Order: sequence, then structure tokens, then C-alpha cells
Amino acid sequence: MSARPLPPPPETQDDSPVLTAHRAGLIGCRGCGRVWPHATEFCGRCGAHIYPPDRRSLQAVWAWWLAGLIFYIPANLLPMLKTRTFGGLAGNSEATIVGGVIELLHYGNYGVAAVVFVASIIVPIGKFLVIAWLATVAGRPATVESAHTRLRALEAVEFIGRWSMIDVFVVAILSALVQLGFVASIHPGPAAVSFALSVAFTMLSAQSFDPRLIWRGLPLRTRRDRTAE
Amino acid sequence: MIEAGQFDLETGAGLMACPRCDALHVEDELSEGETARCIRCAKVLGRPRAGAFTQIVALSVTSLVLMIAAIFFPFLEISRMGFGNATSLFGVALAFSHGWLMPLTVAMLGFVVGLPALRALLLVYVLLPMRGDGPPARHAGEAFRLSELLRPWSMAEIFVIGTSVALVKVAGLATVSLGPAFWAFCGLIVVGAASNVFTCSATIWDTLEDRGAFTDGREVVADPQAVAQRRSRIATGGRAG
Repeated sequence: MSARPLPPPPETQDDSPVLTAHRAGLIGCRGCGRVWPHATEFCGRCGAHIYPPDRRSLQAVWAWWLAGLIFYIPANLLPMLKTRTFGGLAGNSEATIVGGVIELLHYGNYGVAAVVFVASIIVPIGKFLVIAWLATVAGRPATVESAHTRLRALEAVEFIGRWSMIDVFVVAILSALVQLGFVASIHPGPAAVSFALSVAFTMLSAQSFDPRLIWRGLPLRTRRDRTAE
Repeated sequence: MIEAGQFDLETGAGLMACPRCDALHVEDELSEGETARCIRCAKVLGRPRAGAFTQIVALSVTSLVLMIAAIFFPFLEISRMGFGNATSLFGVALAFSHGWLMPLTVAMLGFVVGLPALRALLLVYVLLPMRGDGPPARHAGEAFRLSELLRPWSMAEIFVIGTSVALVKVAGLATVSLGPAFWAFCGLIVVGAASNVFTCSATIWDTLEDRGAFTDGREVVADPQAVAQRRSRIATGGRAG
């Protein structure tokens, strides 16, 4: 457990350089914070795989990001809900995500429409943009303020990402509940699966982003590393 | 074993790196009620609380009991023109069980029921033996790491919000009544949030280590003199190192 900062004494300003584990030639464990010598692979305390903060880990971020984006397209084009009222006499309807929001607005449920709109349209798109931005600028030289901004953005994405699952749960509850035979029945559409996958993939993308990359410019590989081999 | 405040820049012994920003700190043993924050990104690095383990165990057991109630009692019930339908939580998950939507059923049951229950069990397993001064259970470290990994994937609270949205959508179509399982689920959310507040992973790792779960020889022992010095420094409001 730690309380005291290393070499820069406590009187230093916020923007003075901070000695990091990486600069000291050590690796810090992202699970429990224990510090290990340079070439260690697994943390001796919590057993987590440890690795230095490196732009190579961004490949995983981009891979999950792309997978999430690919599944987000059918999630919006295919129907989310299939409704049958009075055995199809009063109409069969297939609603996409946007269609569901418009329907809610039509019935005057503005609050709920806002929740669904934010959770299934604003949040996923915002997440794609923020992760792409973070992964692009990660490791580039940055000022202390911009680093703090990026960290806040990452925390927001990590916190809010799970909430996009709301729409999938709504579909599940509706299709389990509304099975009134002839009167009305609701079935899930294929978009439910692609939307769930898209949310899961973007969550994995945000989790694979290494927040330590935010804090300074890191080259892919320094010339010194290459000659040392 | 390392005295608090001693460190080795070659091996990293006695040091701690912030998991968020990699800033190095000298590891120190905190007393109960103290909070250690990263000097750069202000992430909480340690926050031991008196009786926190007992509280987490109690909350985890509570959430297991509520979970059982939430699974087996009726969840929601609707009726219209004499046609009625009641569903339990399993019924909700099985809504996806037709054909190729099947994997989603498994995932939903996992997110809503499986993972929250598994996390509660893991926390009880890790913390119950360590409540007093007892040694940790076997593989407690692995169990706790798994519980931390699963944290973002247990989505019980999101499911409740989803239920509320679904209720509004159905309200125009039929009469809905809430079953006891719905209220059990609401209780589950409150209990889970409280448990998350009490859980400080750094403290649990430290305690696991102090009680002999690991033998990497790097556990930091409290130096009474240093603790007294820090106390007086905080009391006088000075920041002299």
C-alpha cells in the first residue's frame, strides 16, 4: 500500500515530471500495483500477465473496435422486435432500434424514448469515436492537462459502455412477457444478437486500452532496445 | 519481508506503480481509515476500513439469497382480454432460445444471474476465512483475481433499468403486475452497489499477502515509527517529507 511519492518530493507541482515504473526500467502490475524487474511476465502476487506500456497493445484495441463496428451495422439495419397483434390481422410490425425510439415518441413516452435513444444510439457511437480518438493519440507527447482529459474520457467510456445492453434486455423481457397467443406476441429479431455482440466487443476494446499509454509518448521500439538484443 | 519505506529501484521491491498511470510510489502500510491516492491521477491506491471484510461477506451472502428469490419467484405478469402470461427470470432468458438466438440466452443468463452470483461466491470464499486473523483459503489469490476480472460483466443493475423500459413499452398493450422477483432484483442492485463501495482491491491483496498467501518475500510490514511520524505530519497539516 503506498502513500508517499518517489523522488519528486511532495512539494512539487502537478505538472512536474513523475518517475514512472517504465522510466525506472521496471514493470508495474495493472492488477495489483506490485512492481517487478524489466523482463518479468507474470505478477508474483496476483498472477496477472504483466507487460510494459507499449503501442503494440493498441492492435488489440483496434481489432475489438473494428469487430464492434462491423456488428453495429446489422444491429441498426435489421429488426430488433417483431410484433404480431391479433394474429396478424391488426398488423405485423418489425421495429429497428431507431424505429423503436420513434414509436415511443409517437406514444408520448418522451422520458423512456430519451433513455433508449441515449443508451442505444448516442452511447455506442460516442464510444466508437472516443476509443478511436484515444487509440490514435495514445503514446503521443501530451501536456498534463490533455492527459487528464484523456483519462477522464477513458473512465467515462469504461463506465458507460455496459449500459448499452439495456436495449438487449428490453427485447428479452418483452419477448418473454408478451406471449398472449392470438392477442399479441413479440419475438426477438436478429438485430438483438448483433447489438449484444457489438456492445461486448466495444467493452473488450475499452478494456484492452492501456491507460498508462495516455501519460507519455512511447515509441514502438527505441533504437537502444534494438541494439541491445 | 521489507520494512515500510525501504525500496530497491533495481528489483522494484518495496515500490508500487499506479495501475492507471504507472507513477511509482513507495509502498507503505496504512492504518485503518487512511486513504492513499496516486499523486498524479488521484486513483485510490489503498483504503483500509475497520470491519470491511465482514461487511462484504454479509452483503455477498445477502445478494446470494436475493438472487435465489429472483430466479424462482414470478418476475412479471401481464394480462389482456383474458389472456395472461407470467414469466420468471429463466423465462426471460429463454425468450432467445429459438434457433440461432440460443447463444444469446446463455450470455444473458450469465450476465444477469451467473456472474453476479459467481462474484458473490468468490468474495465469500476469499474474505470469510480472513475475517478475524485467520489465514486465507487455498487459491484465494486466483479467486479474487477472477472476481475482479468479472466485475464489468455482471449486469444485474442494467437488467433492472431494462425492465423499467420494457414496462413502459408494454403498459399501453396490457396490464402489468410486478412479481416478488422484481423487488428482489431491486434489492440486489442496492446490495451490490454497497458491496462495491466497501471492496478495496489493494487492501485485499495486502491482507492476502500479510496472512501468508504468497511467498515472494515482498510483503511490506508496518514501521510503527513511520506511522507515528506520518500521523503527526497530518495532524500539524505540514507537508514536509
